[in-house]
Amino acid sequence: MVELVWLIPAFPLLGFLVLLVAGRKLGEPGAGIFATLMMGGSFLSAVAVFVGLVDRNENDRFYELTLFEWIPSGDFSVDVGFLADPLAITMTLFITGIATLIHLYSIGYMHGDANFYKFFLYLILFAFSMLMLVLGNNLLLTFLGWEGVGTCSYLLISFWFTDEANASAGKKAFVTNRVGDFGFMIAMFLAFFTFGSINYGEMLSGAPGMAVGTATAITLLLFVGAAGKSAQFPLYLWLPDAMAGPTPVSALIHAATMVTSGIYLLTRVNPIIAQADGWAPDIIMWVGLFTALFAASIAVAQKDIKKVLAFSTVSQLGFMFVAVGSGVYVAAIFHMITHAFFKALLFLGAGSVIHGMHDEQDMRRYGALYKVMPVTAFTFIIGWLAIAGVPPFAGFWSKDEILLGAYNENKVAWVLLLLAAVMTAFYMSRLVFMTFFGKARWDAEIDGEVPEHEIHPHESPKTMLLPLVVLAGLAAAGGAMNLPFTHSLKRLEIWLEPSLFGNEQHINVAAGTKWGLAIIAIVGALSGVAGAAWIYLKHKAPASLVEKPIMESGWGYDTAVSNFMGGPGRKGFDAAAWFDKTIIDGVVNGAGSVVKGSGTLLAKLQTGYVRSSAVGIAGGAVALVVYFLARTSF
Amino acid sequence: MPNVDAAYYLILAAMLFSIGAFGLLVRRNPLVMFMCVELMLNAVNLTFVAFSRDLNDVGGQVNVFFVLVVAAAEVVVGLAIIVAVMRHRPGATADDLSVLRG
Amino acid sequence: MEFVVFVIAAIMVLAGAVGVVASRHPVHSALSLVGTLFSVAVLFVLQEAHLLAAVQVIVYTGAIVVLFLFVIMLLGVDEAEELDIEPIAGQRPIAIGLAAASAVLAIVVFAVTTDGATGARSATAELLPEQVKPNINQIAEVLFTDYVFAFELTALLLTIAVVGAVALSRKAGGDFEPAPESVLAKTQRETAEAEQAILDEVAAKVAAQDAAKQAATNEATEEAADA
Repeated sequence: MVELVWLIPAFPLLGFLVLLVAGRKLGEPGAGIFATLMMGGSFLSAVAVFVGLVDRNENDRFYELTLFEWIPSGDFSVDVGFLADPLAITMTLFITGIATLIHLYSIGYMHGDANFYKFFLYLILFAFSMLMLVLGNNLLLTFLGWEGVGTCSYLLISFWFTDEANASAGKKAFVTNRVGDFGFMIAMFLAFFTFGSINYGEMLSGAPGMAVGTATAITLLLFVGAAGKSAQFPLYLWLPDAMAGPTPVSALIHAATMVTSGIYLLTRVNPIIAQADGWAPDIIMWVGLFTALFAASIAVAQKDIKKVLAFSTVSQLGFMFVAVGSGVYVAAIFHMITHAFFKALLFLGAGSVIHGMHDEQDMRRYGALYKVMPVTAFTFIIGWLAIAGVPPFAGFWSKDEILLGAYNENKVAWVLLLLAAVMTAFYMSRLVFMTFFGKARWDAEIDGEVPEHEIHPHESPKTMLLPLVVLAGLAAAGGAMNLPFTHSLKRLEIWLEPSLFGNEQHINVAAGTKWGLAIIAIVGALSGVAGAAWIYLKHKAPASLVEKPIMESGWGYDTAVSNFMGGPGRKGFDAAAWFDKTIIDGVVNGAGSVVKGSGTLLAKLQTGYVRSSAVGIAGGAVALVVYFLARTSF
Repeated sequence: MPNVDAAYYLILAAMLFSIGAFGLLVRRNPLVMFMCVELMLNAVNLTFVAFSRDLNDVGGQVNVFFVLVVAAAEVVVGLAIIVAVMRHRPGATADDLSVLRG
Repeated sequence: MEFVVFVIAAIMVLAGAVGVVASRHPVHSALSLVGTLFSVAVLFVLQEAHLLAAVQVIVYTGAIVVLFLFVIMLLGVDEAEELDIEPIAGQRPIAIGLAAASAVLAIVVFAVTTDGATGARSATAELLPEQVKPNINQIAEVLFTDYVFAFELTALLLTIAVVGAVALSRKAGGDFEPAPESVLAKTQRETAEAEQAILDEVAAKVAAQDAAKQAATNEATEEAADA
């Protein structure tokens, strides 16, 4: 059944082609239903391949299917092929599953939109790109998917492009991604240079023998690419602005799938990271840690519900990078999966709230919504408890694994990460309390403005609620994947072993210490919840105690980047453009004008006089004779 | 053996050829230019005959025969052209036929 | 003896050639050409190429030069050419250089090189001395066996030449626009105009002086008359 791996991306590709041709005719809701069915087919194929892999012997779980040779270019040969191994199939399962749910959700959410079918066209193209990224058996196919998801992200963020802010957000996302892609490309070139091939099988089997310097370089360059795609500092700028897109987009792309591709990439090349100098994974860990703290601090002060979730995503991705940097890849993947569940759930729930509140996104106008939207509230609360790290929900188990890995690596890192976890619990609780509990502030005055219409929030339709319920169930029970109590319960770790080549960091911590760390984490989470309740539920302290303006503006980083790009950056761009126009174009045009000038000069020879031509003939004859004379012997 | 060495004839032919070339480049009257061409052809004929005698090969003289015939035909056509041109522009010289100016 | 004849003929060849090039009058050039061609025929005889000598005199001297003279007289291009002026800049020095170069090179090639100048002999033909076989027989034999193809082609060539000449010299119908001025005429005209301008200027000055003198004389006469 493993041979069916090609079906997994084939379904979304077929969906894309059909929608491209007949999407407008299918219309609403036909296009949406068709897209959902295609993604469902992809999910079933993923399940089939999973079953096929499980059936196989443990040591035989690297299945490579080559379709055809894509680039035969001398020494450089790239195939289109798929690599079905535990890591890839794990990612494929949750990508296709969540994508199917979000396609279903979007049928309800995008109801009434003029470009209904186009949304699904882009969304299913995104799914295809993401699957190519994950299933590709070489770096170039991953890069193809990488760029594809970046493009679809751009298309979907600026879906309502008639508003200029949305269009700018899309452009920002694309351009910032490109900065990261530069690192990816150089890493690809280096990899080809080192291994003679960019096929994963050959790269990873050749990794133990490579030079340390090259491995370090490739690791860091791939990390640059991952930082761009997974919104780490300093390339995280695009993710908050990307909230301008429709909420299902935020749920799928910027919570569950695209932003996780960086983690996937680094996990995929873990033999190379293992071969690199020790300080390279350290950099990854510290950058992730800094991002986690940084983003969490900004999320505390945000007023827009989607922005809070966006910064929360950045922060949680930072957690995952800390795991990668510490060598606990299983924890990173585990957290990626649980994060996909609960973050998608939170985003879809937020979408439901926004939909019910008639597109109002400012949390200061929410409050007491659990009475009006019970299902949404219930599922949202499950997601909240998961992300806050409250057992027995999924988030607790995965976050605890990461904290353990950080503790094993560096105690200071563990303290800072714990602080970030506490802040996570705090701002998420803040969000839930402001939105669902407390007094109804639906017509509150903000900056002197009052809502124009009467607000009657309502629950969302069934197509939107069903995915919420499914995701809530997964967020609640997902921890069972990798329980730490006995070795046999660590199913995810056992399952992912073949893909990790033994590079998983061994945790040298006593069992008693592990229990202690877990309890400290739970206490931290609960204290975050309590702190939020103190301020936002009981109103015992003013909100301005924690909501500092500097945190709300992102510590001034966004403005600093804009000022740099507008000021010195612009000078640099202008200089580059000047160079291109004057020097490079000048050389090209200069060649033309040189030819023209010499032609004009030579035309003066054409006097038309017969006798001048006669001189030419005579001169030529003399020259010929001289030439042959010089060659003869005397 | 011939009394006069072939070299003398060859040197004479070379000088005749160069005088003809000089005349062709300097004179403007088309008919005089033509006569200079005839001078050059005669120089070539002289060379052929000299070599024919020197190398004991009659082929050289046959070649002169053909040169003679072709020169005759050339003169016929060339003079016809000059006649045709001169009819339109009496008093024209070779310099006036410069329509192919670049 | 042969050498003396050679020297005399050579002198006449070169004298005729110089005459062709240096004569102002085209008819003089044609007559000099006759001298050259005849002397070349003498040289042919000296080299025992009797047929060629005869053909040279008959065809070249007797037909071609006559043709030249016909055309000269027909078209009236018998004006003396002005040899002093040279419209194209640098033509004369270049021409002298090239002519000298060609002469020197030819002499070097013929006289000095061992294997650069001569080609291969033809396979069969041999030149026998006059006593063994007459020259005309030898040429005829070779001409009508080895070279018969070329011989037939020359016949065709001559026919074509005649047809071409007839076609070229027919008068086309209709009037022609007046011919543009020839370069020589233009130079002459400009020179004449410049001279005329100077003359006019001088004449004007003289006339002005005369007028002034006349006016002064008139005034003096009037004053004298008044006084």
